[in-house]
Amino acid sequence: MSNLINYTLHLADNALILGQRNTEWCGHGPILEQDIAITNISLDLVGQARSFYQYAAQLKADDSTEDMLAYFRTERDFKNCLLVEQPNGDWAQTILRQFLFSSYQYFLYQELQKNSDETLAAIAEKSLKEVSYHLRWSSEWVIRLGDGTDESHSRILKAIDELWRYTGELFIPVPYEKEAGVDVSLLKNDWSEKVKAVLTEATLPVPENIFMQTGGKTGTHTEHLGYILTELQYVQRAYPGCEW
Amino acid sequence: MKASTIDKKVLYAYLEEIKDPEVPVLSIIDLGIVRDIKMNDDELEVIITSTYTGCPAMDMIATAIRVELNTLGFKKVKVTQTISPAWTTDWMSEEGKRKLQEYGIAPPDKRFAIPKDGVECPLCHSSNTRLVSEFGSTACKALYQCNDCKEPFDYFKCH
Repeated sequence: MSNLINYTLHLADNALILGQRNTEWCGHGPILEQDIAITNISLDLVGQARSFYQYAAQLKADDSTEDMLAYFRTERDFKNCLLVEQPNGDWAQTILRQFLFSSYQYFLYQELQKNSDETLAAIAEKSLKEVSYHLRWSSEWVIRLGDGTDESHSRILKAIDELWRYTGELFIPVPYEKEAGVDVSLLKNDWSEKVKAVLTEATLPVPENIFMQTGGKTGTHTEHLGYILTELQYVQRAYPGCEW
Repeated sequence: MKASTIDKKVLYAYLEEIKDPEVPVLSIIDLGIVRDIKMNDDELEVIITSTYTGCPAMDMIATAIRVELNTLGFKKVKVTQTISPAWTTDWMSEEGKRKLQEYGIAPPDKRFAIPKDGVECPLCHSSNTRLVSEFGSTACKALYQCNDCKEPFDYFKCH
């Protein structure tokens, strides 16, 4: 049971942290339509996180609620992968992070919807429609930036340099994933092909033999997560249980 | 009023009165998010599903259902949410699609999810239109503009 709870929290944390990161663009997007797009993606991700947290709270069968799981766990308890907690940087870095993660989530949810756990399968089936959308939108942006101007090309090259080292972890299963989840090592081929096709169309290189950072899924994070949680959890920490 | 003594059709008619707060021309029945009504002895249970997982209107809709049914005399009303089977725009009624069109939102078209062009303009009915953004004012809409009458309009995405 604890494997299933940890796996559900891992899925929830991934969606929550990337959703929270994207909300930082609210009111700051490069143009109005794209400001709306990135925050709509946030909304979908936070919605997915809620479904997973509600299920985790139900599995824990104590006094946990979805809000407690999001607002009262500390950095070491968070099980999101390192990629989603990386800073927004410029638009190119935000776009690349979304693209790398959406393509992972796309193949992950395709498998998860066949999981023997009916609730996880149902959440995956529902969320997959949203993720397909995020993947198409972010793919188009990667191509637009890579195959755009010298400036946009150099910006997204820098983003690849910055973020690629966090993609290895996605496909290395930790114990709770092995016990309760999708075998992520099997997703790597499909993911690599999808990413390669888009980067190639964008006239961008696919990095090879890069050192990969790991640890997020078992609670060892980059320095950025603490700051995200500080902002995300502030109100509930200062005024526990407060409501709008 | 005892829940078990009332016709389900009547209950569905009551729920027709509850509108989607984001698209007030559509009732929750038109939208196809009411999955079932269960009539236990003294309690009514209304089972709803969300369109998109993050739809912020769900809590408001659940409250509106409870208030509407309480006002009609049902003392105990429970609203539960289900996620399976996943909602699609196929659940939207033909009546709902017609109302959307009249309201100025192009209804979902099964032929294509997010067409680059060719969505019928709800104002002048031209198909000479173009996609402005895949994401619109709410999660369920995309933004288009008509090349003929120049009107910008929302398209309810096929989902």
